[in-house]
Amino acid sequence: MNTYRMLHIDELESEAIFVIREVASLFENPVLLFSGGKDSLVMLHLAMKAFAPAKLPFPILHIDTGHNFPETLLFRDALVSEYKLNLIVGSVQKSIDDGRVSEENGVYASRNNLQTVTLLDTLAAYKFDAAMGGGRRDEEKARAKERFFSHRDEFGQWDPKNQRPELWHLFNHKKTLGEHFRVFPLSNWTELDIWEYIKIKNIIVPSLYFSHQRICFKRDGVLLAKSEFVPLKPGEIPQLMQIRFRTIGDMTCTGAIVSQAHSVDDVINEILSMKVTERGTRFDDKRSDSAMEDRKKEGYF
Amino acid sequence: MCNSNEHNDIELLRFTTAGSVDDGKSTLIGRLLYDSKLIFEDQFESIKRASLKRGEHEVNLALLTDGLRAEREQGITIDVAYRYFSTPNRKFIIADTPGHIQYTRNMVTGASTANLAIVLVDARKGILEQTKRHAFIASLLKIPHLILCINKMDLVDYSQAIFKQIKNDFTDFSAKLEIHDIRFIPVSALHGDNVVDASTLMPWYKGPTLLYLLENIHIGSDHNLIDCRFPIQYVIRPESHEHHDYRGYAGMVAGGVFKTGDEVMILPSKLKTTIKTMEKAGEKVEKAFPPMSVSITLSDDIDISRGDMIVRENNSPDISQNIEVMLCWMNEKLLKNGGTYIIKHTTKEVKCIVKEIRYKIDINTLHRIESDKNIGLNEFARIFIKTAKPLFFDKYKLNRITGSLIFIDPSTNETLGAGMII
Repeated sequence: MNTYRMLHIDELESEAIFVIREVASLFENPVLLFSGGKDSLVMLHLAMKAFAPAKLPFPILHIDTGHNFPETLLFRDALVSEYKLNLIVGSVQKSIDDGRVSEENGVYASRNNLQTVTLLDTLAAYKFDAAMGGGRRDEEKARAKERFFSHRDEFGQWDPKNQRPELWHLFNHKKTLGEHFRVFPLSNWTELDIWEYIKIKNIIVPSLYFSHQRICFKRDGVLLAKSEFVPLKPGEIPQLMQIRFRTIGDMTCTGAIVSQAHSVDDVINEILSMKVTERGTRFDDKRSDSAMEDRKKEGYF
Repeated sequence: MCNSNEHNDIELLRFTTAGSVDDGKSTLIGRLLYDSKLIFEDQFESIKRASLKRGEHEVNLALLTDGLRAEREQGITIDVAYRYFSTPNRKFIIADTPGHIQYTRNMVTGASTANLAIVLVDARKGILEQTKRHAFIASLLKIPHLILCINKMDLVDYSQAIFKQIKNDFTDFSAKLEIHDIRFIPVSALHGDNVVDASTLMPWYKGPTLLYLLENIHIGSDHNLIDCRFPIQYVIRPESHEHHDYRGYAGMVAGGVFKTGDEVMILPSKLKTTIKTMEKAGEKVEKAFPPMSVSITLSDDIDISRGDMIVRENNSPDISQNIEVMLCWMNEKLLKNGGTYIIKHTTKEVKCIVKEIRYKIDINTLHRIESDKNIGLNEFARIFIKTAKPLFFDKYKLNRITGSLIFIDPSTNETLGAGMII
């Protein structure tokens, strides 16, 4: 191999760091969206490297649905204190209490859709003009159409048919007052790239990603964890299973997979032999074929 | 699929595919993914459902690439879609773009970051106007490698004579292009011949399959490794007790190879200094080359900010306010002679005035049209601009990073056009 040729993972790292530094240069008040999931942990790692030895020049924002896995919150708080991060929390519970949104009813109730309002309200309250997220184009077909710099109108909406052309690495960050940008530095990464980077850089991720025992039940082909937030339907029988999570969202919509993957290497090998996509385990994407596109237009992550 | 240990040390190839509704582009990509076993069960189930819904009997692999609801409903690709797949040898990013002339701007967008272009030809129809247009776009955007896939060979009885005729026609035509590496492959995307697996029906073809070529084509010299260019993106100033005087100049190397200890010159001040240290994602490196993001510290305390450039004293880019550009216009509003626009070039943002529209280019023939200076959506023109401040640039054909710029509308903030410096 040519001496002056970068390996693919280095090229992706370079591209992501370039994009993060562009955001810090071009916007007055950017923020990094943080969920405690693997993609946002990789984002945080890259952002800290991009500005080392200086501190992170922007805060991180977690939209808390109140239906998180307890493991995610403990993990988040440990990280914040270790790296002295400036964490802002937007609470869906508060949006409900303030009457901004109302809770869904029934066994399928989820706060997944409600969090869009909390996200937009929080961005507006802090006057954030750019929100960086860990979204990847390989995740979902609507995300495959997403730009690195994704313009949002003053209602926070995404207009997929009217996006600005994005050429070379020259990002158009221009906007008028009240509008903002979503920026996706990991656009070109795949699920496998994320795990390989986690391995190479020894990034610690929540234990939920590795095989453990948990009481789960099956609903419409998805394995959900039994929790106080998800009422059971007749005929749904929870049982103890050996599982792990491939993505981490709310307890109401994140599906588990039966797995014996106990380490990062195990996870990588498991992904290599996997027959369904990562979002195939997500209940929120099963609502319709264009569930993600519809949510994104409204201002979802 | 590959095992994880190998997957770490492979290269990335970005390629673009352009094609129209009927020439089988989406089928080809679907076939590439399907035969290399990179389609997942839930994706396959979803396109199977969609195919049935459309009244088709076989699973339509083309549906894999259409992401937006409007695209699936209309059966067309509207916007650039990015697809990802990897084999034990390489990782690939496909910029999948529609081929019709009304989507020229999407093709140009997909081409801007590609190392390689796949252009599809229908074997029954031969070289058409749109084939030429796709090849011209690849040439104007300086994509180093082009593969002409002569598709639908099953519909011409796998005829060697037809393949040869199309190859000859394209070779004659391509003398006008500035693409030095052109390959030809006879394929049937529908049946999979020569896509991933070699065809048994075309024994006369001794060349590689499409996937083999994608995995093995040499892309090591696609970046400019001669002319050192480092546009300053961001200045890292910790202002902490520990790193009191630290100044790290962060950016992505746009050209050449920088080494610690190198004597360098800063533009625009032309002050000279040496490189003290370089860090890549927090780790020290001795060499930096494109497209590496690094942070550089210098031996002397010089005032440097975003938009400045680190170069070598004896190898400076052009420094000028008067710039000649090959423009692709991407907006319904016509380009205004004398109009003022915002330009983004490397890490600089400046205003510019269009001084002269020299001529329009017929994108189907590359002929100059001197009489028509109305430059509209999806049209190419050669123009002169004057910028409010000097830019540090190279010709696009020497460096795709320091030779490219975009035009932004100062009133609507839309991206209006893409420029390649001549």
